[in-house]
Amino acid sequence: MSSGKEPLIRTAKRADLPRYQIYLLRAAALLLALVAGGLFILCLGHNPLVIYATIIKGAFRSPMVIQATIKIMIPLFICSLGVTVAFKMRFWNIGAEGQLIMGAVFASYFALFHSDWPHWVLIIVMIIAGFAGGGLFGLIPAYFNAKWGTNETLFTLMLNYIALNIICLLRDTVWADPKSPGFPKIARFAQNSQLDKLFGVQMGWIFGLILLIFVFVYLKYTKHGYEISVVGNSHGTAKYAGMNVKKIILRTMFLSGGICGIAGMAQATGSDMTLATGVAGGVGFTAIIVAWLAQLNPWGILLVSFLFSVLEKGSTVIQSEYGLSADCADVLQGIILFCVLASEFFLRYQFVLRKKGGGRS
Amino acid sequence: MSMFVKFLVAAVGSGTPLLFGTLGEIVNEKAGHLNLGVEGMMSLGACAGFMVGYVSDNFLLALLAAFAAGALGGLLYAVLTVTFMADQNVTGLTLTIFGIGLSNFIGIYMLGRSETGSLKLPETITRQMRNIHIPKLSDLPVVGELLFSYNPFVYLGIALAILLAFYFKRTKTGLNVRAIGENPGAAAAAGIPVTKWKYLHLLLGGGICGIGGAYCVMIINGGVWISNSVGGLGWIAVALVIFATWSPAKALFGSLVFGALRVLKYYNFFKLDIPIAIYDMLPFLVTALVLVLTSIRQSREKAQPASCGVNYFREER
Amino acid sequence: MSDTNTERPAIACKGITKVFGTVVANDSVDLQVKYGEILALLGENGSGKTTLMNMLSGIYHPDGGQILIDGKEVVISSPIDADALGIGMIHQHFKLVEVQSAMENIVLGTKGKLPKTKQLRRDILAISEKFGLEINPDQKIYEMSVSEKQTVEILKVLYRGARILILDEPTAVLTPQETQKLFAILRKMREEGAAVIIITHKLNEVMEISDRVTILRKGKSIDTVITKETSPQKLTELMVGHEVTLEIRRPEYEDPSDLLHVFHLKVDKPDGSAGLKDVNFVLKRGEILGVAGVAGSGQKELCESIAGLIPVKEGAILYEKKDLKGKTPNEIINMGIHMSFVPEDRLGMGLVASMGMVDNMLLKSYKNTKGPFVRRKPARKMAKELVKKLDIKTPSVDMPVRMMSGGNVQKVLLGREIESRPNVLITAYPVRGLDINSSYTIYDLLNQQKQKGVAVMFIGEDLDVLLALSDRIMVLCHGEVTGIVDAKQATKEQIGLMMAGAGEREVMGHE
Repeated sequence: MSSGKEPLIRTAKRADLPRYQIYLLRAAALLLALVAGGLFILCLGHNPLVIYATIIKGAFRSPMVIQATIKIMIPLFICSLGVTVAFKMRFWNIGAEGQLIMGAVFASYFALFHSDWPHWVLIIVMIIAGFAGGGLFGLIPAYFNAKWGTNETLFTLMLNYIALNIICLLRDTVWADPKSPGFPKIARFAQNSQLDKLFGVQMGWIFGLILLIFVFVYLKYTKHGYEISVVGNSHGTAKYAGMNVKKIILRTMFLSGGICGIAGMAQATGSDMTLATGVAGGVGFTAIIVAWLAQLNPWGILLVSFLFSVLEKGSTVIQSEYGLSADCADVLQGIILFCVLASEFFLRYQFVLRKKGGGRS
Repeated sequence: MSMFVKFLVAAVGSGTPLLFGTLGEIVNEKAGHLNLGVEGMMSLGACAGFMVGYVSDNFLLALLAAFAAGALGGLLYAVLTVTFMADQNVTGLTLTIFGIGLSNFIGIYMLGRSETGSLKLPETITRQMRNIHIPKLSDLPVVGELLFSYNPFVYLGIALAILLAFYFKRTKTGLNVRAIGENPGAAAAAGIPVTKWKYLHLLLGGGICGIGGAYCVMIINGGVWISNSVGGLGWIAVALVIFATWSPAKALFGSLVFGALRVLKYYNFFKLDIPIAIYDMLPFLVTALVLVLTSIRQSREKAQPASCGVNYFREER
Repeated sequence: MSDTNTERPAIACKGITKVFGTVVANDSVDLQVKYGEILALLGENGSGKTTLMNMLSGIYHPDGGQILIDGKEVVISSPIDADALGIGMIHQHFKLVEVQSAMENIVLGTKGKLPKTKQLRRDILAISEKFGLEINPDQKIYEMSVSEKQTVEILKVLYRGARILILDEPTAVLTPQETQKLFAILRKMREEGAAVIIITHKLNEVMEISDRVTILRKGKSIDTVITKETSPQKLTELMVGHEVTLEIRRPEYEDPSDLLHVFHLKVDKPDGSAGLKDVNFVLKRGEILGVAGVAGSGQKELCESIAGLIPVKEGAILYEKKDLKGKTPNEIINMGIHMSFVPEDRLGMGLVASMGMVDNMLLKSYKNTKGPFVRRKPARKMAKELVKKLDIKTPSVDMPVRMMSGGNVQKVLLGREIESRPNVLITAYPVRGLDINSSYTIYDLLNQQKQKGVAVMFIGEDLDVLLALSDRIMVLCHGEVTGIVDAKQATKEQIGLMMAGAGEREVMGHE
């Protein structure tokens, strides 16, 4: 009769870890990621310490550069807050990219065609338009999900590409700048349509801070926030409690998309000064990772999105100084997240080695 | 007529990377893992396939490298989701960002070392992956063009689809894997080694995706390296799985349809003046529509394997 | 099955220990079973029965102790090993793949090539005949009734030629008649020389089917006794650890007047099939109306339609003279009716699993305050009061309720509902998964409500409890009421027949 051996390693649940150990674990994961990234850099024939130092210097070496780093951070930070609202409801909004684009598109309409309005009226209208654009684009998957349970992950994903092509469509047709030679382009916004600067950085960072407080309070202390948590936990419980689950899904996705839309508005009118196909540039996807890394905590998002922006900005410097592509940032972000993802396991489980002499006695 | 034949031929060509991506993702989902990393695994395959092809000038080696790179991406995903039980959505997305990033990074690194400032596949390999030509058969009017004049990837993809269809329908292992995807707890109780099959199928799926990626850069881009060569095809493949209702055989049909949508803009059949952006939007619009339609017409058996997205822990209480 | 070895025990467990996180589920457990014997493993919910059996079937790994099969020490590290050792387990929660057919489920995970469909069908039918089982091998699992699914589970084990069978609470979902059928099959297996372990907490079944009984309490094996030499009272004492009165009180309420009338109620299931077909009954103040029926006979639809959670297709639900049909839970509250519903799925419906007691108290009342913000202070006070009043064991009122034991979870849920001072209290399987002490606490709470004049509906599964606690019993079968009888006069057999579809007149008419 055959009898198998006990496996060498098996997985078992563990008791909850104390808080300091959780932070320790995360720190260890980050360290491991830096080591793994370092090995990768080493393989390419560079000194990882030098490269890391260059990245950090590259993001902070002068006030101008710090401003540029903050500029990168603005859409990422706002988008991360946006997706967090949906994720709290366990609604997989992978469509931040598209919602950001639609926010930018709606705002750009006013920037292009109503640049004669009084400056502050225009700015406020553009903010509202950005919010509405992103929000409405977020409503589409929410509607189908609430009505028929359509898979929101894939639906929001498809909408990203649809949004991208909407920009192309506008660029090639109705919004094409007649003065631009060669490939069609959308005209640069007039001075009056551009977002103002505060401390040398476009005002988007103010929006970000306001939204930070708003999202924090909204999720934690309001009835809406409570409803979002309940729906995220179980639709059954929410219905049992007399909540209108469909309404909550729609409302929450409108808000989530709307916040992402504001990110688009800020990017187009504050940084790009025009509407280009690269307005989102993958920020919507990175935002999902930021939100997850920060465990959907708005203050954590502030920290993580800042770190990621440092990485992005610093990577452009290693491109110019060492000829290593700025895609390095994506690679390092990936490695960090892989390590953190793996480390989360140890919060809840542990590996148990086969006991000595276990197997057979 | 000949215009239409050309259109169909082009549709097959542009549908082939989708077919690989879709088949790879079907294999993953059958084992209970919704892997959003298809785009990333395809990118890894594209990079490895191209670079090995570039250096070795050997098609078979390039193909193996593409498979291995995709499978490596699959392995990463498997370690994280099967062993470490990490969230499948987040892991998949990260794999995509990582895969595209790494692929572009290496591409630019290699570009920096090339003397001409560009990377183009050498001659032998280009010849090896040219469209096949079987004397007489390929020369037949229409039929020859439609059936016997594609590059080797196309036939590989079709064979793979048929093989997988048979595998999931008619073999014991296929049945066992389907059980894992539906209910890993039940599968484990029936004595199926859940972890082993999950790993193998995540690797296999990743490898298949990798070949699809290689197609993008080696065939579609004509053997010249450019960044972001997969360009969103991986995402369409994820959606195509739904269109194909998790059936490898229907994936053949689905990728043909989507391939056709992708090349429609070059064949202005209706003499309409439609902006290119609309054509480019079509595959995504259709996918969204399919998503909605499949959710309205809920079918129990033609549905996503039930355990997709949920990790399995044997000692869950 | 022919390999009968009476010398050595089929299975012997020595000092088996298993720990989950901080919970010791099995603490040095001993157990033995011989071929040609039926052993009952008796213990309360949470006493570690299922954990122990999961180690025998290779699902869990023991942290300590030895397992001997046919006298040889073995390590069972996976169901494959268990299979090879001839151990087959029939799980309480069926381990079946819903979208596959019975045949596919049976052959799943077995060695060798996939047999030809014809051959497989023939083999399965041959085994079914041998043991008196009824099955359609081509039917999909999701189209099957609970007892048909169980048949598939049994066939799965028999098809592999298991000689040691473990059944985890196999009768929980069966009618008394179906239980008898199952017992006949088990006796047949014993005759064939198999070793059978049946896990249960129902004493009468233990007395009826087993040769010996091993009792577990709080993860420890307390004793093993010969069934013929013991009594239900003695077994209970061993199981609970102290003397208990097995009687459930049934206080009388002075003036039980009609409160809720249900007329011609028709409700559809989400998939469009009929859930309730023409249900009529009256619920009175100060009574407990028991509802009996096989799982899935329309209990869920009954509760949820009255509570306003799912739409009513036809008919009327009159509270005094107000029709509740088509009203949402909120609208019902606004009509001044306090309806409380304690659902079967406590953590997936009645409570928010990942929230603490405080936030769970808010679930139905958060809307009642003004302004956009949630007020947690009163909820915290209420949670603390409940902890004291119902003796709820939790380190903090903010700890997620999913970390609590089943009994405490139910106290939180029922406590919250009772705090809202209901006129109508609907409870679905309120003691499922609870130990005996917690169950009696729940019965007492329901009786208190009844004495206050609340109309209580009690959906139950244990007929002994239903007969002892309820004033009247309504029996459901396939979405229809087959009878409403006086609980003081009806017998278990009569209720069982009605659960299987026999009409009230047919069953009770002979008196």
